[in-house]
Amino acid sequence: MIVSSVETTNPLSEAAIPAQISLQNVSMVYRGRSGWINRLTKRTSKDYIALSDISFDIAPNTFVSIIGPSGCGKSTLLNLIAGLNTPSSGAVLVNGEEIYAPGPDRGVVFQNYALMPWLTVAENLHFAIETVYPKMSLADRKSRVYEYIELVGLKGAEKKHPHELSGGMKQRVGIARALAIDPQILLMDEPFGALDALTRGFLQDEVARIWEQKRKTVVMITHSIEEALLLSDKIVMMKRGPSAGIDEILDVPFPRPRSRENLDQQAGYHALKAEMEEHLMRETRAVEASRL
Amino acid sequence: MSYFSSIPKSKPRANPIMAAIQRVLPTHDYQAFALFLLILATILIFWEYGATSGWFSPLMPSAKSTFTDFWSWVSKPFYVKGTNDKGIGWHLITSLRRVAIGFSVGAAIAIPSGIVIGLFPVASKAFDPFIQILKPVSPLAWLPIGLGLLQDSESTAIFVIAITSLWPTLINTKFGVSSVDPTYLEVTRTLGASQWRTITKVILPAAAPSIVAGMRISAGIAWLVIVAAEILLGGTGVGYFVWNEWNNLSITSIITAILLIGAIGMIIDRLFGLLQHWVSFGRAS
Repeated sequence: MIVSSVETTNPLSEAAIPAQISLQNVSMVYRGRSGWINRLTKRTSKDYIALSDISFDIAPNTFVSIIGPSGCGKSTLLNLIAGLNTPSSGAVLVNGEEIYAPGPDRGVVFQNYALMPWLTVAENLHFAIETVYPKMSLADRKSRVYEYIELVGLKGAEKKHPHELSGGMKQRVGIARALAIDPQILLMDEPFGALDALTRGFLQDEVARIWEQKRKTVVMITHSIEEALLLSDKIVMMKRGPSAGIDEILDVPFPRPRSRENLDQQAGYHALKAEMEEHLMRETRAVEASRL
Repeated sequence: MSYFSSIPKSKPRANPIMAAIQRVLPTHDYQAFALFLLILATILIFWEYGATSGWFSPLMPSAKSTFTDFWSWVSKPFYVKGTNDKGIGWHLITSLRRVAIGFSVGAAIAIPSGIVIGLFPVASKAFDPFIQILKPVSPLAWLPIGLGLLQDSESTAIFVIAITSLWPTLINTKFGVSSVDPTYLEVTRTLGASQWRTITKVILPAAAPSIVAGMRISAGIAWLVIVAAEILLGGTGVGYFVWNEWNNLSITSIITAILLIGAIGMIIDRLFGLLQHWVSFGRAS
């Protein structure tokens, strides 16, 4: 079953700035087993609709967080923007062009870091730069490696292998690698999910600092309300799956640079936080109830 | 609850024997080494006493005469007194050369095929019956085929070593290549790496620990097979040495050969162990 792509008006597309990322009636259906062999052996399964009819635009240089209950297809959505998956129906547009595959215009930061264990920190970055810019001279590649190692504050650890680094340091390398190819868009899938609370806060500040410097368009998946409020311009709140969609898109109007110490003194902080908490609690409760 | 009830009320009195052992041999390493020496001494005393009091067959030499002979072989390994009387070093070198060539031929077949099979599930399924049928075949069963096809004992030895030792490398290479962490592949996809670059720069280094683990098992098998092959093929080599000394009824020389074969096998295994550690970079393998 394919969800028919209905022409809906896009709530954000009337903005004056053209969208950098545009999702148009995106649906993702994982096909069940329904071939004739499966039917003969009575081992059919239903199609699973992960995402249903999602449309929204992201303006250039905005930091967008996606938050929602677990299993709502957040990672699926990010993989669609990354091009690691293609939607069952609808289209994902980057700079007005439909994408079908990953590309170096979109850097991805993975939750489990995904560093190559046999390469040093510098070599991990170098591998990415060399892959994307094969014609760049060796000297330029090397200077870029060191520029980004310095940006994430890992100077001195260039020659270390990932297994010699802490989780926080590994994710710094992951962020440096994603940024080193100079993408227009940075996609982060729960980048701090595997870190302890202190390291998490520290890295959030680092990401805020780097974002002030580099001003990429960022799409970040998170479970943390505080993290979303600290870092984002917009927060996309997703409904529970199956057939997950967007519940609401919140604006976070706090001035930048922000600091975690006085963020809760910003006007409207508590109202936003309460609204998000209420939404997440409602959706999570429904997810738990549906499992009974 | 039983955990709590077993907590003693007062400090338990130490067993005086265990306390003494703890004092003299403070770590497990010392204790294990002492136990090793104890077992070795028991075996040697049993052997020596048993051989001199006639407990075993009259062929069985005493431990003392065995070690005298062992030393005479090991102290001058490279003498030549005619075709049937050479130092054991020559035999070991011949065997090591055959093993090295046979193992390399096996690996040269196993690693590329393993990569192809690992990359393409269809090839994996198609090759699987061949692997399953040929893998459990004894090296001795291959010998006549080798002699018939190659008509030369040297090439037959290499053929038998290659065909019996390639399976662990093949299977481990296939496993390593097909089970590369999918996030590494997602990274290379997001960077837009070519197929070739993905294979050479990501899949092969990611699979290297499994490949080397397979080679380690293969090398062990190759060293195991050489003795049997050389006993049947004759000429030179440590297997031939064992058979020749059996014909001379020189058990002391055979025990010498067994100890040396074991020691060299252990060294080969340790070398591959180091290589395995070297390609693992902290990954468990």
